[in-house]
Amino acid sequence: MNKLSRRRVLKGMLNGSAVSVALPLLDCFLNDNGTAFASGVQMPVRFVTWGYGLGGTTSVFVPKTFGPNYDLPPEIASWERVRDQVNLFSNCRGDLDGTSNRCHYSGWVITRCGTAPTDRIPGETIDTTLARTIGKATQYSSLTATATGNVTSTYSFVNADTPNPAEWSPLNFYTRLFGPGFQDPNAPEFSPDPRIMVRKSVLSGVIDQTKQLQKTVGAADRARIDQYFTGLRELERQFEHRLTKPEPIAGCQPHDAPMADPSMGSDVESVKLRHRMMTELMVMALACDQTRIFNMAFSDASSGLIKPGYEKPHHTCTHEEPVDTELGYQPNASWFTRRSMEAWADFVEAFTTVREGDGTLLDNVLVYATTDVGYARTHVLDEMVVFTAGRAGGKVKTGLHIDLQEKSPTAVGYTALQVMGADLPSWGTGNNESSEVLHEILV
Amino acid sequence: MRISPPEQQQNGCGSVRRLFALLVTGVVLGCSPQEPETRGTEPRVRLVTTDQYVNSMRYIFGAGIELRVEFPPFERTEGLLGNSAAFAGISSSQLEQFQAAAASVASQVVDPANREFLIPCKPADEHAADTACATEFLSSVGRLLYRRPLSGAEVEQFVDSAATGADTLNDFYAGLELALEAMLLSPDVLFIVDRVDPEPDRFGHLRVDAYSLASRLSYFLWNAGPDAELLDAAASGELLTDEGRARAVERMLASPRLVDGMRAFFDDMFRFSKFKTLAKDPTIYPQFRNTTAMAAREQTLRTVIDHLVTEKKSYLDLYTTRSTFMTPELATVYEIPSPPGWVPYTATPDSQRVGLLTQISFLALHAHPGRSSATLRGAALRETLLCQEVPPPPPNVDFSVLNNPDAHYPTQRDRVIAHLETPSCAGCHLIMDPIGLGLENFDGEGRFRLVENGVPIDASGELDGIPFEDATGLAEAVRDNPALPKCLVKRLYYYSVGGPTPPGTDRFAMLKYLNREFAEGEYRLHDLLRTIAMSDAFSRITQPEEAMQQTSLPPNVTIRQFALNTRTGAVGDDRAPGEENQRE
Repeated sequence: MNKLSRRRVLKGMLNGSAVSVALPLLDCFLNDNGTAFASGVQMPVRFVTWGYGLGGTTSVFVPKTFGPNYDLPPEIASWERVRDQVNLFSNCRGDLDGTSNRCHYSGWVITRCGTAPTDRIPGETIDTTLARTIGKATQYSSLTATATGNVTSTYSFVNADTPNPAEWSPLNFYTRLFGPGFQDPNAPEFSPDPRIMVRKSVLSGVIDQTKQLQKTVGAADRARIDQYFTGLRELERQFEHRLTKPEPIAGCQPHDAPMADPSMGSDVESVKLRHRMMTELMVMALACDQTRIFNMAFSDASSGLIKPGYEKPHHTCTHEEPVDTELGYQPNASWFTRRSMEAWADFVEAFTTVREGDGTLLDNVLVYATTDVGYARTHVLDEMVVFTAGRAGGKVKTGLHIDLQEKSPTAVGYTALQVMGADLPSWGTGNNESSEVLHEILV
Repeated sequence: MRISPPEQQQNGCGSVRRLFALLVTGVVLGCSPQEPETRGTEPRVRLVTTDQYVNSMRYIFGAGIELRVEFPPFERTEGLLGNSAAFAGISSSQLEQFQAAAASVASQVVDPANREFLIPCKPADEHAADTACATEFLSSVGRLLYRRPLSGAEVEQFVDSAATGADTLNDFYAGLELALEAMLLSPDVLFIVDRVDPEPDRFGHLRVDAYSLASRLSYFLWNAGPDAELLDAAASGELLTDEGRARAVERMLASPRLVDGMRAFFDDMFRFSKFKTLAKDPTIYPQFRNTTAMAAREQTLRTVIDHLVTEKKSYLDLYTTRSTFMTPELATVYEIPSPPGWVPYTATPDSQRVGLLTQISFLALHAHPGRSSATLRGAALRETLLCQEVPPPPPNVDFSVLNNPDAHYPTQRDRVIAHLETPSCAGCHLIMDPIGLGLENFDGEGRFRLVENGVPIDASGELDGIPFEDATGLAEAVRDNPALPKCLVKRLYYYSVGGPTPPGTDRFAMLKYLNREFAEGEYRLHDLLRTIAMSDAFSRITQPEEAMQQTSLPPNVTIRQFALNTRTGAVGDDRAPGEENQRE
């Protein structure tokens, strides 16, 4: 298409679509049973990850009973309000596969990549695998956030050189999600923004330039330019998405912008506040179908959480605090774990605040939650725990405690991938390779 | 293609160029060693950093451009984040941030209040496309943004984009804005690409072309893209001559923009990005706030710039100087009065505030939220300032001594003695703790103290066999440590060429040469910057396969892999992500 005709076509498109489309606000948004939009489109199932650091202490963390109605030992007592929505997989064993144990690193990498790292991140993380498929239907293929206030706190990677950086400021995150560029699916009228049309049009020139550059650089750099090229296509897709009339969604009710970011402290209460704020935004982003993949890092693997008045941060505490002989565990380390588990319960509960049909958003979500070690004091990858939450559109049973009998945590990851529709024969490598779904949790 | 071993080749082109530089500055030296033959670096494709992006936008469009961007930081390679720019990938969400930044810049440029100054022409009709004005504006800013002239086709493409926008939106400036926004997203803007030419007088050898040389110089010294004058020198070919390069380097060293460049380098080398999330326990250190942390970072950067750039004093003396700057945010922790704003301040002769190590930036950054840490401080000194590797603790380390419920350690010295008496701990802790103990008169926020838990503090220790009694003695031991200047040389050289150079005897020879030059120049930063910027090694390019022939690496290990391994500690001196802050 020559330039003149491209300009004419664009102008023609604009003239044709600038007429606002009135939408029937009072129509029932969903079908009768809440599993589909009014138009008949099935409600999407979203995949969410949650990560925290430093595991727990088996004697006060892992329930003694299995199956439904499992008991809640002290470190997970806060789960009472969400237990029936949470599956707890205990007694997992991350296999180092002959690699050295890179403290507070090997464990979480196994849970997210399926492979024990020799040094760097061995490949894409599980959310990235899914973002390449189910992420394509929404404006953002995935979103990543943290409660730590640190942009580098992420468990999500495209490859070793490309982390998905974490949103850390609630204000910035709000602006990205619900600021001027937000397209309210329930707005009474829809008119495509002509500036977005032009943006999308001129982006093609940048894409052409990128193709030129790809020809001039070496192989390793070409891979990076390819990745940049993919990013441009993603931007193009986002622009296209904003030019398309969205389906109305009853549950999409964004709150007002936060007044200010919480203070930058690492004390537990500040982090939990930031976690609640980021979670609230994330839940609404899912409810508004802006993304179907979301990653949240509550704390880093070497958690730097602070207990006010106690001189050691969480990680140091796990190594240096004496075991209380009477209690049988490290009381302050356990205090940190309990606060982390409260945050997990807050997280799960937040999905229940959005109605979707007869149920809540949580019914259409699968949350995959991981940590980095079994027992932090000794860095062991035995007795690790993994949790899931949500029913994944009715495919998954919840409220179960399951003994994984020293299987790799990738067994849970592989099951999650299957539930989310990734048609993979297996996931993980070496002794962490899993190819059997955990039927106990499937409906 | 092979080149001769370094010791056999001493062509000294860099030295000739350096001589020009000395003539330009009026400095005359006696006998000076010649630069050894090196292979140079692989051509780099570097992703711009947040600071480079902001610095460049403010240079091109004025200091009034508001930009609140924070692109994700890179991993650390050989001690510097900047060294990873040639490896870092770019995620979709990061590109989205670049798009948002581009939209913000472009809208400010065409804003009615700014367009009078920033756009050199007016359209015939503000409601229609204007090819002439769009061409004039986009080709001139494009040259600065691309760090080279745009080709005719490139200009035409952006002018066409502007016309598309103007026609669609019935607004010339809106069209120009969206064309500029697209230009700012271009790979030529976001990636700094080394383009290569043959060396004219050395058959078979390569160097960066004139525009890429301009970019290398500019990002090295100013942490921003080249200005118009530097691009002019590249266009005329002057920059490729010895005299022309010397003139350009001297102009850049004399420019106030050198401050931006050196602040960026030292901020990176000192790992000050950690200040963004540094927090202290408010119940233990109620006066240490986020603003205190930011002021501590600023104090050290001001001290460094004043000492090295303004006063042109020895790098070594930075570690014993009592001169700094003070502001009320810090004065509460230093426990001295201070007027508003930043004012010069000199510690009294009897004070233990001596050199950078006793500034709050070092003391607070390398401590726990609720207490000091001799181990963290010792490790930071080794790794950050002496370029020495301290291994991470072994995964099966026995913490039983520290976990002894009967243990009571009134002072940090008592605690670290437990480390040193435990064989599995002692190996590593011996190289950290005795140094850090010298700073025990400063608590976890950097406040001076004489006692801890009611027990007088013994701040004696030793650094590489040099005993000291307190922080003053430690400062002198650091100043006199031969690894101190070598570490700066190594960091600055790799930084200048975008990352570590291929390992081998020529790299060793080059570092040796730079170390000698630095010493002869009495450890003055300007001289080191000049020597690096004028060297052949700075502009020479090697092809990967040629580089491989010269290394002692196994044949199946590429240079890139080597660099990556260096980053993770498999070969060099850094640890994997997630392994930071694992010590004590």
